[in-house]
Parts: sequence; C-alpha cells; structure tokens
Amino acid sequence: MNARWFSLSRWLGIVGKEFIQLKRDRLTFGMIVGIPVIQLVLFGFAINSDPKHLPTAALIADRSEFSRSILAGLRNSDYFAFIGEAADEQQADRMLAEGKAQFVVSIPADFSQRLVRGERPALLLEADATDPAATGNAIAAVNQLAQTVLAHDLTGPLAALAATPGAFEVRIHPRYNPEAVTQYNIVPGLMGVILTMTMVMMTGLAITRERERGTMENLLATPATALEVMTGKIVPYVVIGLLQITIVLTLAWLLFTVPMQGNLLTLYLAVLLFIAANLTLGLTFSSLAQNQLQAVQMTFFFFLPSILLSGFMFPFRGMPNWAQVVGEVLPLTHFLRIVRGVLLKGNGWSEVFPDAWPIALFMLAVSAVGLRFWRSTLD
Amino acid sequence: MNQGVAGSDVVIDVRGLNKHFGSNHAVKDLALTVRRGEIFGFLGPNGSGKTTSIRMLCGLLTPDSGEGTCLGLDIVRDTREIKRQVGYMTQRFSFWEDLTIRENLRFVARMYGLNDSAGRVESALDHLGLKQSADKLAGALSGGWKQRLALAACLLHEPQLLLLDEPTAGVDPKARRDFWDELHALAARGITVLVSTHYMDEAERCHKLGYILDGRLLAQGTAKEIVASQSLVTWAVTGDDLSALADRLRKLSTVEQVAAFGSTLHVTGADAARLDADLAPLKAEQGGHWQRIDPGLEDVFIHLMRAAGAEETTAAAA
Ligand SMILES: Nc1ncnc2c1ncn2[C@@H]1O[C@H](COP(=O)(O)OP(=O)(O)OP(=O)(O)O)[C@@H](O)[C@H]1O
Ligand SMILES: [Mg+2]
Repeated sequence: MNARWFSLSRWLGIVGKEFIQLKRDRLTFGMIVGIPVIQLVLFGFAINSDPKHLPTAALIADRSEFSRSILAGLRNSDYFAFIGEAADEQQADRMLAEGKAQFVVSIPADFSQRLVRGERPALLLEADATDPAATGNAIAAVNQLAQTVLAHDLTGPLAALAATPGAFEVRIHPRYNPEAVTQYNIVPGLMGVILTMTMVMMTGLAITRERERGTMENLLATPATALEVMTGKIVPYVVIGLLQITIVLTLAWLLFTVPMQGNLLTLYLAVLLFIAANLTLGLTFSSLAQNQLQAVQMTFFFFLPSILLSGFMFPFRGMPNWAQVVGEVLPLTHFLRIVRGVLLKGNGWSEVFPDAWPIALFMLAVSAVGLRFWRSTLD
Repeated sequence: MNQGVAGSDVVIDVRGLNKHFGSNHAVKDLALTVRRGEIFGFLGPNGSGKTTSIRMLCGLLTPDSGEGTCLGLDIVRDTREIKRQVGYMTQRFSFWEDLTIRENLRFVARMYGLNDSAGRVESALDHLGLKQSADKLAGALSGGWKQRLALAACLLHEPQLLLLDEPTAGVDPKARRDFWDELHALAARGITVLVSTHYMDEAERCHKLGYILDGRLLAQGTAKEIVASQSLVTWAVTGDDLSALADRLRKLSTVEQVAAFGSTLHVTGADAARLDADLAPLKAEQGGHWQRIDPGLEDVFIHLMRAAGAEETTAAAA
C-alpha cells in the first residue's frame, strides 16, 4: 500500500486511540450494549405478554345449552371477560370500534340445530386486531377450546360429533389490521432500527466531537491522511454494530425462540453491508455538521422517516404511493426485507440480492456527497 | 530576491498571503521572512489574524492568494511534507483529554511514523519529569503541565521549525521563564521558532518581531528597529497626585498615551517638539521629577493601534 496515502501503522494507531476513548466513555459504552438489550426485552416482552380477561361482547341468536357451555368455556379460559350482550350486529360493531370490546362472539340462530345434525356450524369470533399481539393467544385458546368444550354435552347419540375435527367450527375475523404483525417481525425490525440509530449517530458524533474539542486541528496537523482518519475512526463502530446484532439475535433466540431459518453467514454479510451504509451516512453528516448537536439533529432527521416508512411501524404495502417511493430509498426498508427473509423464510443470496444492491447504491451516493464536503483542512 | 547562499538560510518565506472568512478579510497581504535559528515573535491584538497566519504556514488553511515556502516546501502544494517536518502547537490545548499522557505521546509518535517511538516517548517523559504521572489522563493536568505536554508532543518528531500559538497563555512566571529558556536552547541548535504572544517580556526575548493588526503586518524587525521606526517620545514622571496629572495630560492632543506604573507615569507622544511645548507649563506647575526615557515596545504597539484606528476613521469619513 502506498505509504504516502495510507500507512497501516498510522491507521492502527487511530483505531487503537478510538477504542481506548470508547472504553473510557462509560456512557456511550453502556448505550452500545444497553440499547439492544433494553429495546429487545421491552419490545419482546410487550409482544410476548399474555394479556387475559379481554373485554368480550356476546351476540347470541341461539340460546341453547351448547351456547351456554361455549360461553362458560370461553370464560373459564381466562382470556375472555364478558362485558355484556349486544342487542344486534350494529351494536356489536360499535363496541368493537369504540374499543369497549376486544372480541365479539357471535352464535348464529340455527347453531344448535345444525350442530345436532352434524353440519359443523361456525362460531364467529370477531377480533380487534389493531394490536395483534394482544389477541394472538386468546385466539389460539379458542381454537383449543373448540375441541373440548362440548365434551359434557355431547353424550349418547351425539358422542360421535365430539371426535375431530370437532362439533363446530371457529371462524376468526380479525378486524382493522388483517396483515397481523407478529413478534417475529419485530426482532428483524429492531436489528435494523438499533443499527440505524447507533451507527449513524456514533460516527457523526465521533468526528464532530474532535472538531468541537479542538483535537481535530491537532490530528490534521499530523501527516495522517483523510482516508486514514475517516476509516480508522469508523472501524470500532463496525465491531460495535456486529456486537449489537449478535446480542439481539442471541436474546431473540433465547428469550423468544425466534426462528433462524436461513444461513447466519448470509445474514451477517447483509448486516455488514447495512452497517457500512449507515457509517457512510454518519461520516457524511459529520462532514456537514458544525457541532455534535447538529450531528444528532441530522441523525433524527434521517431516523424518523426510516422508522415510519420502512415497514417497521406500518405494513409497507398499506402505505400511500409516495411513502412507498421514499421508503424504497431508505436502507432500512431493504434491510428489513432481507432479515425477515433470511430469518423467517430461510432466503439465500439470490433472494437477498434484489434488496442488497439498493443499499449499496445508497452508500455510494452518500459517500459521494461526503467526499465532496470532507475538509482535510480547517477551511 | 536573493535565492543564493542567503536563500538557503531562510526557513519561512511567504509573500502576499490573503485569507477571507466570508466577508471577513482576516489576513491581508502577509509577507514574512524568518531565518534559521531565529525566534520570531508574532504580536497583535485579539482577532488580528495571528492564528490564521500560522495555520496557513503549516498547511491547515489554504490561502486565498499568495505564495511562499516553509523549510523550502511550497505552502500550498507540499502541505503533507510540511506537516511531517513542522511542529505546531495549537492555541487551545488540543490533545486528547481522555487519553493518558503516555497514550497521547505514543499516538503522536505513531502519526509521524517514528521509529523507536516507545523509546522516544519514554525519554520525552523523562525530560518532562512526567514519568511518575504518565498514566494520568491528560485532562487532569494543570494548565502549565498541559502546555509542557503539548510542547513535548510537538517536539517528538524533531521538527526543524516550530510554530507555537500563544504557548504560554495562563502559565505561571516560573514556568514561562523555563519555557523560554528551552526555546532559546532549541534555537541555539538551529531550530527556527515562530511564536505568537501577548506578553511584552516575551516579545523582548525574541530575536525578531512582527506586529499584525487587523490582518495587516504593520512592523517587522528587531525590537530596537521597531521602536526606532516609530520615533516616539516618552517621559517618565514621578511625583505627588499623579492621577490628577494623568487626567490633565489625557486632555492634551499631543499626548497619545498616559500609563501608570506604580508611582511613575509614562507619557508618550509622536511629535517630540509639540509634546515638549505642551508639557512645559505642566512641568513648571506640577514639579516632580520629569525624565525622558526610551519608549517601550508596548508604547509602540499601542501607538500603532491608535494610528490604524485614526486612519480608519478618516477613511470612513472621506
Ligand atoms: N475558522 C474561522 N471561520 C471564520 N472566521 C474565522 C475563523 N478563524 C478565524 N476567524 C476570524 O478571523 C479573524 C482573525 O482571527 P485569528 O484567530 O487569526 O486571530 P488571532 O490573532 O489569533 O486572535 P487571538 O489573539 O484572540 O488568538 C477574526 O476576526 C476571527 O473571527
Ligand atoms: Mg489566536
């Protein structure tokens, strides 16, 4: 390597200095490890929480002993707390819309007749799925219940009906959020969000801090080149990013048994690409920002659309067109697709590639801006 | 310009340097010549352009126009080589406060790619007398020690030219004296030093001086030459009720400066004959002891400032 423009020894000196400073900066160091742990645990347990006694309205058109047994069975499962009967469908709808009821159980008029005839009538369970995490377990419990709840009632000639697939069918009707986001969607999202946040902000700060404290003048007065300074200062953050991802993945697997269908190497390569894109952006911000505050402001300016428009917060296909266009530009959008694909569907490189090149392109464009504004003098 | 035998002796040689920050013309047509082994003092009030000039000399700022060399290297094209050979001490302490003293020195040694950097760092620590506290954080040092650390760090790579920007601001007199002894020892070894300062006693210890005001170098030469060039007259007065006398003196148009030094007043003017005429009645009336003395550097610099201020107001009025 040309010693004029790149000296390995000098570069290692810069990397070493950065690590020492990082080690002494307890707060930052704590944030690096703390952010992924806290976010994952908070999000994870909130998602994994098992809310019970959810307010439930009943809409009963068939008053039979079967109906009574089913309602009693639901109540006994502890997931459903009956808050009353709805007079008609309109009232039931209103109760759902106003959030008074999380569920409406409807037993149609000819339920017991059809049941006795062995026609497997449908019990309708309408769910307010705006927060799918809240309803997931309750719905699972109903499906379980359908198999067993009528065991006492189905005696004598009706005993045969109790055999699988059960005497009646449960039809679930999720309302408001048909594309139910599951906890498995959150972990990949968190990986991307944590990386975007820490990578962009930390690099932005690392360089503006030197400028603000006046140490940049000293660094620039030495023969160190811009290439050495820039790359030397970001290497520690690559290590940090990989560390954060490893923490998230390990916790996700240990605490929430998130599946890992795909190849970890593919995943980490994608993570590296994503880290590189965010570090480039952080460097560019730092060459534009005058001080640390501005670097933080720029980070948030980028962070908010990333969270809102990438598909992390809202289902991507549900967004208006213009928002999807903006979303396609953001690396987080593509990173989420890659990670969900690799973790949950077991995707390999061929499926990853269509989302990898937009990240690389973003990085190239941003570094062009960064190099344009990078100052290796104090001008 | 003589580029022969004498030329090789010139370490800093720049002409017509200009630097703007937006609409602020910070340095105007700076021309400077400093020879090997000289200690060149750079003086001027706050914001006059000292730091900006020094930064242009060591490649940290690119001049808008002008040309010249430092150690024979072009200050615009050869900045990387200049950085390698020049020791620059910033006005504000700019080492890493969250690194220890030893770590700071090691880092600097590494940036200059020094061989035997560990050995050099240890001997620098010895020389500094900081061996015991080498593992203390640099941020925990007192102002005087920070300044010594900074000097040691910019001497690590044995530069032939030192650019020191107000190195002794806020340092106690004993430490300043030691610091200047060290500078003279370096100069005796052929190292050239350009040092900016606000202290007159330090200015007196320089071989040559330059006085910059509002971005313009107004005077350059030895302290004697600068004092002589302005042909000022200074009277020292000792006696009773000096403060009343000072008030009366300040009202005279020929008196430029009245400054009290303990029980002595220094009265300075530019026009000897008219000053004498104005002072004669006061001398008779007041009595006391009146003595003509050589004007000091400070008197000359204040005179230069006033003259520039007067010029500006006439220029603005015209
Ligand atoms: N980076 C910069 N950006 C904009 N203006 C600047 C910059 N650096 C200096 N200036 C301006 O240039 C002028 C000269 O400043 P400079 O720092 O060179 O003065 P100085 O003689 O070193 O002053 P001091 O004795 O206070 O250190 C000042 O008006 C200052 O505001
Ligand atoms: Mg200055």
